[in-house]
This record gives sequence, C-alpha cells and structure tokens, in this order.
Amino acid sequence: MEHTNAFPFFNRGPSAVVRLAFFSLLSLLLMFVDARYQYLELGRTTLSVPIHALQRLATLPVDLWQQADAYLVTQGSLVRDHTQLLQQRTIDAAQLQQLQVLQAENEHLRSLLNVQQKADYSMQLAEIVYVERDIFQRKLLLDKGAQAGVLAGQVVMDDNGIVGQVTRVYPWLSEATLITNKDHAVPIQVLRNGLRSVVFGSGDTGQLALRYLPISSDIQEGDVLVTSGIDGTYPPGLPVARVTRIERDPAYPFARIQCTPIAGVDRQRQLLILSGLPKLPERPQVVEEVPSDQPKKGERGNL
Amino acid sequence: MSAHLPKDQEFLLPATPIFIAASLLVALLLNWLPWQGMWLTLRPDFAALVLLYWCTHKPYRVGIGIAWMVGILADVADASLFGQHALAYAVLAFGGIVLHRRVQMLDLRLQTLQIFPLLLLAYGVYAAVHWQVHGYVVWEYFLGSVVAALLWVPLTVLLQALRRPRGNSGQP
Repeated sequence: MEHTNAFPFFNRGPSAVVRLAFFSLLSLLLMFVDARYQYLELGRTTLSVPIHALQRLATLPVDLWQQADAYLVTQGSLVRDHTQLLQQRTIDAAQLQQLQVLQAENEHLRSLLNVQQKADYSMQLAEIVYVERDIFQRKLLLDKGAQAGVLAGQVVMDDNGIVGQVTRVYPWLSEATLITNKDHAVPIQVLRNGLRSVVFGSGDTGQLALRYLPISSDIQEGDVLVTSGIDGTYPPGLPVARVTRIERDPAYPFARIQCTPIAGVDRQRQLLILSGLPKLPERPQVVEEVPSDQPKKGERGNL
Repeated sequence: MSAHLPKDQEFLLPATPIFIAASLLVALLLNWLPWQGMWLTLRPDFAALVLLYWCTHKPYRVGIGIAWMVGILADVADASLFGQHALAYAVLAFGGIVLHRRVQMLDLRLQTLQIFPLLLLAYGVYAAVHWQVHGYVVWEYFLGSVVAALLWVPLTVLLQALRRPRGNSGQP
C-alpha cells in the first residue's frame, strides 16, 4: 500500500523552496566555474565514460539500419562507383605527379632561401559517432579520443576542406566544433589575390559570413577562401569556403558577404583529424604579424 | 485490492524505484537518439517530460534533487555547461511539485494546459542561460516544449498502464 506517501505531515526534510534555492545556487555556481575555469573537466571526463557508452547504445539502431542499407547496395551502383573511382584515381594520380614535382621544386627553392621547411602533417581517420542534439551548438563526436593521441585544438577536415576543430577530448571520443558554429572564427585568405580576413560561422550549417571587409575590397562571387595559417591553429592553404553572395550597400561601412563551406560540414561520416601540426619555431612570426591588424586579433578571442 | 481503480485514485498506483529509474533512463536514451535536422528542432525533451510526470504523480519520491542529477547527466551528454540542464530540470521539478495536487485533480487534456507553462519555463531557463553565456537565442528551440506538452497525454497513459498491476485482472 502506497497510501503513506500521500501524507505530507511527516518530516520530509527541507521544503521544496529551500531545495530549489539550494540546487539553483549549486547549478549557478557550477555553471560559473565551468564557463570561467577548467576545474570541472576531470569530473566531466569521468562521468562521460558511462554516458558515452549509453549514447552509443542509443545510436545502435540507426547504425544497424545504415549498415543494413549499405549491405543491400545493388551490383549496378557498385560497378558504377568503382569505375568512377578508378577514373578519379587516374586523374588524381596525374595531379599528384605534378604536385610532387612542384613540392620538390618548392623545397629546393625554400632551402635556397633558407626559409623554414613546411612540415607535412599526419592525419587520422575518424568516424562521426554522433551529431550533437543541442540545436544551439552543432557539435560532432568523433570516435578517436585521447587514447588515439587526439589533442584539443587539432583541425578536423574532410577530403574537400575544413570542417572544424577539436574542442574537447574524452578518453575514447573527441568533440569537434564546426566552423559554421555561431561566432566561430577562421582566419582566411582569398585564394585569388591573397586578401586576408576572418570568416565567421553563422549558426546555420550551410553558411559562413565574412564580416568587416570594406565595400571597396577586391572580392568577387565564386572566390575561394583558404586558411591563411596566421593563427597557428589552422595550417595554411586548406580550403574553407566559397563566396556565394556579396551585398555592397553604401549605407554600411562593410560589405555583407555570404559564403558556403566547401567541406560537407553536415554530410560526411568519415573525417580526418590533422595531427602533428606546426612546429613551434614558426610561432614568433605569427606574433610579429598580428599587430598589423589589431581588430581581427580582438575578434579571435572567441576561438 | 480492486482491479479497477476509480479515476481520481490513479495516482495511488504503485511505482517501484526501479521502475522510476528505468523510465528516466529510457527517456534519456530517447533524448540521445541521433536526431537530425528538422527532427532535432521538433524533438521534445523526453527526460523533462518524464521527470515532470514523476514530480506530479510521486512528488515525495522524485523531487528536485533527482531532477538535478538527471540534469547533470544530460549536461555531460550534451556537452552543455555543467548545471545548465540541471538548473532547468530543478525549476521544472519545483513547478511540478507545487502544482501536483492541481494536476492530479484535472483530466488529461486540462493537465496538458497546466504543464505546458512549466515546460516552457524550463526551456526558458535553459535558453536564458545560453543567452547569458553566448549572447544569442535560437527561437526554434521552444518548438520542442510545444511537442513535449502534446506528448503529455500519450506519456501519462503509457506510464499509468505500465504501473497498473497486471496480475490483478486474472486473480480474484
């Protein structure tokens, strides 16, 4: 009989208001500490181990469905994909040959000029376990974590361009923030003329915005934006976005420029995590270069 | 004793701690399904809904403390700030406990009207914290509270049915 539960006049500890006040204060304190300091990362990592196991369990039905789907691919589409890939490989191989020649030449020239060699970065293939369900922040959980040597701050890309950045590392998983995340900034350069700027996420997975470029700046629709590498986080020369629309309204000091990410920010399943990125000796150069564009530096504080 | 309880005594149905824990776990798992695109926008917060159910039906079993702990689990899973979900769920549980007598007296459709403001409040707390920290609010987020309120009737019916002792109908 559960009737006893209906009697409120036994002593049941503090009243609901007191409890609410206590737990609200506790939450506010935790939020403050979590937003300002890094003290809670250990607790989060510890709690994340069982929770991520459960999360994987939750994704299992979808995974099974996708595997079954992949298993039932028809012969015809396999053959077609195969021939297509072979053709692509031939083209790529030819381009790679040229690239190797250029690379050798570049290395030679650089050694002639006594400039630091650009290091090759190694990359790791990781699969998306999970797309974050929080609609405020689209994040990805990747299946490589601290055990595989992933570090926070490493760059995540697919075969076309940059997807995002590793922002938190768990023992077996890592969490990547997308470049399209609201106010996530990537320093870029226009491929055509080397114009430097910073591209910001808009919160929508299909859009990036290029702010603070004067109306008169030389930028056209269809321009490809690549990372400039002056932040020391993103290596130089990786494609980021393509300019899709430019609005030059004389009423505003800056042009309104919209871009779409080149990488399939929300389409891929396998991604690459770049590791072994630069090479400390180049950092002092970065510090020297920054004062020339102070406003951008201030904006990058969000990163 | 009687196989069929009168309607106003349905809240007297038994609930074991294991059943409560299992229902909360299932709700969290539902939240963690890989929702995407429009479905993500429309996704109701199942954990909030189940917590609210228990807070209104068993206010002395499931209270603010349990809601807060469920919130912490949700925070770790969603990579939100530590305490963000917890605060929202604690407020929700408080609302549920304050209103539990009124909710138990009304029939299911009117209950929906009573709990919708509570859900909206919890969603508002979460969004307000996000706004404080990040400086913007995604308004589509609140669609989830509407869907959650619409799910109140099916969820209540389901949980009541699961709580009803099954052996009784066969035995005298």
